[in-house]
Amino acid sequence: MLLEVRNLSAGYKSQGKEIEAVKNVSFSLDENDFLGIAGESGCGKSTLLFSILRLLKRPGEIFDGEVFFKGEDILKMDEETLRKKRWKEFSLVTQSAMNALNPVYKIKDQIMDVILEHSDYTKIEALEIIERVLQMVGIQKERMDSYPHQLSGGMKQRVAIAMALVFSPSLVVMDEPTTALDVVVQRSIMEQIDEIRNTNKFSMIFVTHDISLLFEISKRIAIMYAGELVELGQTKQVYLNPLHPYTSGLINSFPKLTKETKEYKGIPGKIPDLSKPIIGCSFKERCQNRKELCNTRPEFKEVIPGRWVACHFPL
Amino acid sequence: MKYLREKIVFFIIALLSALIINFVLPRLMPGDPAERILLKMGGDIQPEAVEAMRIALGVDKETPILKQFFSYLKNTLTFNFGISYSYYPVPVKDLILDALPWTIGLVGISTLISFVLGTALGIRAGWNRNKPIDSFVTISSLIIRGFPYFWLALILLYVFGFLLNLFPLSNAYSTHEFLKGWKFFGSVIYHGFLPGLTLVLASLGTWILTMRNNMVSVLSEDFILVAEAKGLKDKDIMNKYAARNALLPSVTSFGLSLGYIVGGALLTEIVFSYPGIGYLMYKGVTSQDYPLMQAIFFIISLSVLIANFMLDFVYMFLDPRTRG
Repeated sequence: MLLEVRNLSAGYKSQGKEIEAVKNVSFSLDENDFLGIAGESGCGKSTLLFSILRLLKRPGEIFDGEVFFKGEDILKMDEETLRKKRWKEFSLVTQSAMNALNPVYKIKDQIMDVILEHSDYTKIEALEIIERVLQMVGIQKERMDSYPHQLSGGMKQRVAIAMALVFSPSLVVMDEPTTALDVVVQRSIMEQIDEIRNTNKFSMIFVTHDISLLFEISKRIAIMYAGELVELGQTKQVYLNPLHPYTSGLINSFPKLTKETKEYKGIPGKIPDLSKPIIGCSFKERCQNRKELCNTRPEFKEVIPGRWVACHFPL
Repeated sequence: MKYLREKIVFFIIALLSALIINFVLPRLMPGDPAERILLKMGGDIQPEAVEAMRIALGVDKETPILKQFFSYLKNTLTFNFGISYSYYPVPVKDLILDALPWTIGLVGISTLISFVLGTALGIRAGWNRNKPIDSFVTISSLIIRGFPYFWLALILLYVFGFLLNLFPLSNAYSTHEFLKGWKFFGSVIYHGFLPGLTLVLASLGTWILTMRNNMVSVLSEDFILVAEAKGLKDKDIMNKYAARNALLPSVTSFGLSLGYIVGGALLTEIVFSYPGIGYLMYKGVTSQDYPLMQAIFFIISLSVLIANFMLDFVYMFLDPRTRG
């Protein structure tokens, strides 16, 4: 077990109001795993990620829970110990990798600083590593003397990914890394990541609102709704046989390439206001199968080995 | 290099415009400078004397305006500004050369101290945003900035100069004893302390607030989050990632304020009777000394333009995005 998240709750405090953006989330991740987390904008995906990495900034706050990474609780670790583990053990690719690079330094200097910070390599050795990781994502080594503004969006994203891989960490967290790119570039980057994962083994948490992309590439998938995980399982099984009505609604809401075009449906209603307490199941307002029991909160439990769902009446 | 060429062309055009305006303005003003000088000397004015004075000043009716302009251009660019009316017959050039070092010394050093100190404090305040140190620094800056600076000068002069008698009331160095070497230097510092303090205090708040706000907005950028995820030391994130980017807008304002150093700090120099350009300009204006005013305006425009030009160079090194 590489990573285990237990009952994690986090959110934002402002003017006495508490908004719980992540509620009681638990899941685990094995070595060489690929977990996709999907959910609508504002469902707490990014808050969850930043909480796991302990990067949540004020007014954001972790309220409760544990995050075990290789058996140690990241949330309780002292800051200096954690700082030394960062990037070597787990790294991050952010939402708009366009802005993930410092505009005033050359590409090589931004990768260099993290190598020199966490290792005893000399500058010359570091340059070789930089060359190698850039080549891995398909960027010519001459490009390392460029400044970020001289690269295209796709190239910046590749550089950000290369940077995340310099130490071959066991966990790479990606927060919507391809959202800002067009589908063609998105595809080529995803293929690149796939290829790298075949040679360098590492686990990946990949967060996106693009659920169809996740169904295509991820090994396991988690569906998030209003701050909670509502379903988790092997991607293929979740796709073929969704257990939560929300998952099934999502799957029906995008067209399938292989099947005939038929009318596809959306999910009526909208995501509940997280600043107000939600009684019972958070999806009940929009659910067609709701019953009396849905006014009590459903537990997120394993129904079949490897399949977790938070619903009183799984489909 | 395209960027550089553009900047040089801009510099030349701006300088030429300043020169033309400086040439036209005094000629649009009512009255006759020759008569004015002679009036000051008193007595009867003979028409021949007026005509002779006009020729001496280069504004006689026979010389065509274009010829006047070219001789003005030639004189100005060789720093031959003519003769002062109010300090007749001292050349304007000498007056300016006397006043310039004092102003550059006083205002230049104060501006530099204020910029460095304010920026350093602003970095700390922005980095520790919403913590007590930030609130303290920000609120004090707002209060200091609220004082009108001539009022600050008057208060400092009254309290430390007059009541407590700790500092001199006027001048840039001791005028009643002859000092040499380090003694003279000490006297200059002693005399410059209060005006310098006024200038530092007057602008410190603005530097602090500018830098603090730049820091706060840079800190919300993604590359700061990534720097933190990279596990870099706080010191490196603060300096190399946050402050390095937040500094860029402050450098622009610093460059602009460098240009205004030569213009002097008019009110401060007046309050402290400091023999700088500001004080000289004040005297020139009150005694309608047109050659002096014209020369000072030219020197000010020139220094603003040169400062801007140098700033563009510095910026090219600081921000790779301007190199194109």
